[in-house]
Amino acid sequence: MQVVLDLDGLDALIGVLRQDGRVVVGPVLRDDAITLAELGSAADLPSGWGVGTGPGHYRVRRRQDTAVFGHSAGPQSWKRFLHPPRRALISSDPAGFHPVEDNAPDYAFLGVRPCDLAAITKLRQIVGGRAPFVVAAQCTEPGEVCFCASMGCGPAAGSGYDIALTERIDSTGHRFLATSGTGEGAEVLARVPARAASPDDVALAEQDVEAAANRMGRAMPELDLRDLLARNRDSAHWEAVAERCLTCGNCTMVCPTCFCVSVEDTTDLDGNAERSQRWASCFEIDFSYLHGGAVRTSGASRYRQWMTHKLGTWHDQFGTSGCVGCGRCIAWCPAGIDITEEAAALAGSEQP
Amino acid sequence: MTTWTPTPYQVVTRTVETHDSVTLVLRPVAESLPAFSPGQFAMLYAHGIGEVPISISGIPGDGTLVHTIRAVGAVSRALHDAGPGTVIGVRGPFGTAWQLDGAEDLLVVAGGIGLAPLRPVLGHPAKRTVLVAGARTRQDLLYQDELAGLSDVDVVLTVDHGDHDWHGRVGFVTEPLASIPLDPDRTTALLCGPEPMMRFCARTLLGRGVRAERIQVSLERNMQCGIGLCGHCQLGPLLLCRDGPVTGYPTAEPLLLAKEL
Ligand SMILES: Cc1cc2nc3c(=O)[nH]c(=O)nc-3n(C[C@H](O)[C@H](O)[C@H](O)COP(=O)(O)OP(=O)(O)OC[C@H]3O[C@@H](n4cnc5c(N)ncnc54)[C@H](O)[C@@H]3O)c2cc1C
Ligand code: SF4
Ligand code: SF4
Ligand code: FES
Repeated sequence: MQVVLDLDGLDALIGVLRQDGRVVVGPVLRDDAITLAELGSAADLPSGWGVGTGPGHYRVRRRQDTAVFGHSAGPQSWKRFLHPPRRALISSDPAGFHPVEDNAPDYAFLGVRPCDLAAITKLRQIVGGRAPFVVAAQCTEPGEVCFCASMGCGPAAGSGYDIALTERIDSTGHRFLATSGTGEGAEVLARVPARAASPDDVALAEQDVEAAANRMGRAMPELDLRDLLARNRDSAHWEAVAERCLTCGNCTMVCPTCFCVSVEDTTDLDGNAERSQRWASCFEIDFSYLHGGAVRTSGASRYRQWMTHKLGTWHDQFGTSGCVGCGRCIAWCPAGIDITEEAAALAGSEQP
Repeated sequence: MTTWTPTPYQVVTRTVETHDSVTLVLRPVAESLPAFSPGQFAMLYAHGIGEVPISISGIPGDGTLVHTIRAVGAVSRALHDAGPGTVIGVRGPFGTAWQLDGAEDLLVVAGGIGLAPLRPVLGHPAKRTVLVAGARTRQDLLYQDELAGLSDVDVVLTVDHGDHDWHGRVGFVTEPLASIPLDPDRTTALLCGPEPMMRFCARTLLGRGVRAERIQVSLERNMQCGIGLCGHCQLGPLLLCRDGPVTGYPTAEPLLLAKEL
């Protein structure tokens, strides 16, 4: 099903999803960044706000138009909702061990970028949980640190969405081509005021998305990254990255697929205990702790672990890449380290 | 998620093995877990303190679990100190098992607490079983009485530091490996101990003609879930809680040779 919504239609879509009892989460402008929060209506969307990004750089900026999805990935990702920073797992008391029910609400995610759509699939493959209702927003304007096209994750939305929107503002107005990806998506769309999509609407949206593929700020080098990383465990290049890397772990926190957690106990005064998980980073020294000391103490070994997992060993463990090309790790690295440049440099260092 | 919820077991007996190690026999309080195979491990939870990976060190076949625990930190100390009646949370069985199918001669090589996960293998009906076990000192050798009573296993014990009550070998486990009689074409070798020990032993055995595919090692990394969710147990491409701990040497060797992997 393909229809065209205007801004009121988008507002109605949010309304319908809320009526069905879903918590609708989408992009909002907050603290000088585009973050993710519950949406009450389309008025909460960051209309007219875009972002400028670069290595170690992220700034919101005013757009010339009123686009609501005219921004690339922000500091948060949907990971925050599907795999919260902290989650209770079990409680333990004299009567035994009790699972803590996952009381996550029934989410609808609105404005999910194609890279993040792929990230949601990769993350859920590992952490499971209830599937959210997904309203994707195809990319027509990639950012400076984006490279989803070279990771095969955008700018067109791949599988996994219920509804995909393509935003367009031109002389005929501000509108969204809405395409259903599932029966549930079609049912929801049928309840929203919209007009039928013309062949022109569809063709324009396709053109816009295709053009975006050629305007990516960056690209991953075209070679077998899994092999590249597997044969470069002992490369001197890791030392070169370590000279710049602060091992702060920002890259793992902002990454929409990084899933690692540490598990810890807390006890109350009555002696009841709760075990919970919290986001962990392979850059923490204790991450690889064994009796006697950590396995990965050098910065070089920790950066190697991170990048190798993202681009290489994720394939071995989960049959796919751990990177979707969202560029967050580049923008939020205080040292401006760029995973695409490091991959290229590693490949370059191999040449005799 | 129920995968995180331990099943309560109760300590039935606690046997002191050495100055820092005990063997616990655990009986299910109500429900029991599926059967464990030699080489696999459980996550043992000490109430309010934490949960750690501990291998199965015996398979009596009566629904009880046997674990040998060396006290080295907060959680292992709490488990070590658990007396009869104490309830311990157990999750498992996790990980890969020793591959014994088609094994003719078994060569079992253990360093320190590494003997615990190999103990269930000593009862395997191989044509010939040789155990080479080492420890720092006489006081650190596990299961000494039991090993002395094994009639169908050739037992070679060695300690790094001898004393006047020790009449056996002094030196690392690699030394007897270089000289004990073995038929390389029939030998399946199972190794568990510190990584450098396993590397040296494997190199010695390869030098004696044992095929790399017939050498298995049990690898160790930090483990916080046992079920592929925490990411701590990675060793290169492997998630050791799932793809290990028992790993074939052709896979393990390049990973063990890389520094800080
Ligand atoms: C597959 C496997 C099987 C094992 N089998 C046995 C066994 O049969 N008997 C035995 O005594 N020990 C065994 N160990 C080692 C045992 O798990 C550690 O001694 C224990 O985790 C130490 O935890 P702690 O809290 O007492 O010590 P601390 O040093 O305080 O450790 C803090 C945390 O670090 C991690 N950690 C520390 N050391 C290790 C380690 N060596 N391996 C994995 N994680 C570690 C744990 O998450 C632990 O909670 C095994 C380890 C693995 C990976
Ligand atoms: S590694 Fe970087 S670019 Fe790739 S998904 Fe993670 S944050 Fe995005
Ligand atoms: S690569 Fe950048 S963000 Fe990641 S740990 Fe190093 S300094 Fe921090
Ligand atoms: S122990 Fe958590 S992933 Fe292996």
